[in-house]
Amino acid sequence: MSLETNLPSFITPDIFLILVGMFKAVVILLATLIFAGFLSFVERRVLALWQDRYGPNRVGPFGIFQFVADVIKLFFKEDWTPPFADKLTFWLAPVIAMSALLVSFAIVPITPTWGVRDMHIGILFFLAMAGISVYAVLFAGWSSNNKYSLLGGMRSAAQTVSYEVFMGISLMGVVALAGSFNIRDIVAAQQDGWFVFPQFVGFVTFFIAGVAVAHRTPFDLPEAESELAAGYHTEYSGMKWVMFFISEYVGLVLVSAITVTVFFGGWHPPAAFGYQLFPVIMNYIPAVVWFMLKTCFFILVFILLRGALPRPRYDQVMAAGWKVCLPLTLFNLLLTGIWILVYEPLSGS
Amino acid sequence: MNHSVEANTMTSNSFVKSLSTLKSIVWGSASQLRSMYLIFMHTFRKRDTLLYPEEKVQLSARYRGRIVLTRDPDGEERCVACNLCAVSCPVGCISLQKAERDDGRWYPEFFRINFSRCIFCGMCEEACPTNAIQLTPDFEMAEYDRQNLVYEKEHLLIDGVGKYHDYNFYRVSGMAIAGKPKGSAQNEAQPIDVRGLMP
Repeated sequence: MSLETNLPSFITPDIFLILVGMFKAVVILLATLIFAGFLSFVERRVLALWQDRYGPNRVGPFGIFQFVADVIKLFFKEDWTPPFADKLTFWLAPVIAMSALLVSFAIVPITPTWGVRDMHIGILFFLAMAGISVYAVLFAGWSSNNKYSLLGGMRSAAQTVSYEVFMGISLMGVVALAGSFNIRDIVAAQQDGWFVFPQFVGFVTFFIAGVAVAHRTPFDLPEAESELAAGYHTEYSGMKWVMFFISEYVGLVLVSAITVTVFFGGWHPPAAFGYQLFPVIMNYIPAVVWFMLKTCFFILVFILLRGALPRPRYDQVMAAGWKVCLPLTLFNLLLTGIWILVYEPLSGS
Repeated sequence: MNHSVEANTMTSNSFVKSLSTLKSIVWGSASQLRSMYLIFMHTFRKRDTLLYPEEKVQLSARYRGRIVLTRDPDGEERCVACNLCAVSCPVGCISLQKAERDDGRWYPEFFRINFSRCIFCGMCEEACPTNAIQLTPDFEMAEYDRQNLVYEKEHLLIDGVGKYHDYNFYRVSGMAIAGKPKGSAQNEAQPIDVRGLMP
């Protein structure tokens, strides 16, 4: 109560809570955006390390101000809309790309006390936003009125129909085990054992789908710069292009964060099947550090994937999605259902 | 009987087929994981990049870089302004004008190379009969102003002999100059007196 006595009278406890919530949301938004921008530098350095190069190392110590220089450059770029483009859709596409993935961050619980929104349909919201973000690529590809962009958009559509189905199902095993769509409940259920161990197949398939959601290299068919110029954003320049660019990194952070919260225990220290690893020591490490460490690990894995693997043809992506991943996830869901039926029937009720 | 046998072979065929599909999936995934591991191990490799302005590039002695005009061992200009370099130049970036000294030696009055056109092919060096024009292992010639890439004789002429330490054109050629009449060059016979009777 001592806090509220010092505040002006119009700030009731409710408004105070709303203000705190808004403050947290803004902090998380800014942190995500800055981190995503910084990732463009980190990725180039790390990728260079794995390709025996140096990458950008000139601006500031180790080149860490490279992304500042890039941002300044990008702000002053001409933002040109081609006369042959479909104006409204052309403008809408980058906005969707940016906002759909950023909005998904609302459901990511960072620590027990930090997070934007505690939604009881958390995972469904993420899946919905991932679905909407595909419209950005489709709109951009179609409205650019350019055959490379159109091919990129078409590939994106082909890719989407093949990964979205099994991405949803791959998360359902976890949902069944935790008994909730709420990501906070899912994290809480992993106190004594990360879901990656009982749901390893689910993790692998979700990870593969995650690469496709973020349009990262093994599945970057929509932009495939070696085949389609820049794919769906060939005609984009200036700030609109920046929004696509940043949204790729936001997607990278988002998919890593979701992987961590759903399969790797969110802010919880390592634990498997009821056993915790060095519980005394590990619990001293703050929750936020655990979350950040795990997210950064997955971001690095994504960058490693980009450095290591070639891009498949899009019929191969579709074949792998429908013929391998979908049966695997369905089988995994079936096994999970049987396990729940045998060992903890009626646990949810 | 026949039917059941057929059905049997069909099921066994599809079983073999699905087994081989499974094998290719497992094998393919293992191969992808292996390439990720191999790329990851590059973390501990030495990087190939040369940090250029700090670390200098090791150039071979025959590197074809900035063009110079050399002098003979006596310190005189080697160039005799024969124009063969200008003729051989595929981009036509060399221009010069012949002049003659009081002692009879020829020299270029001006000698100009436009390095914004030069392709460093070395044809001028090959064409030069007096080893005067030579290419050196130096490429750091960047300029902010294009006009600064036009080198005059004063920029091109160096004090040394370049790659050929002993060569002196007027010592080996039959051309007569002041102090060196016909027949006094190295390995040169006296000129034949065409009006003489002796063979």
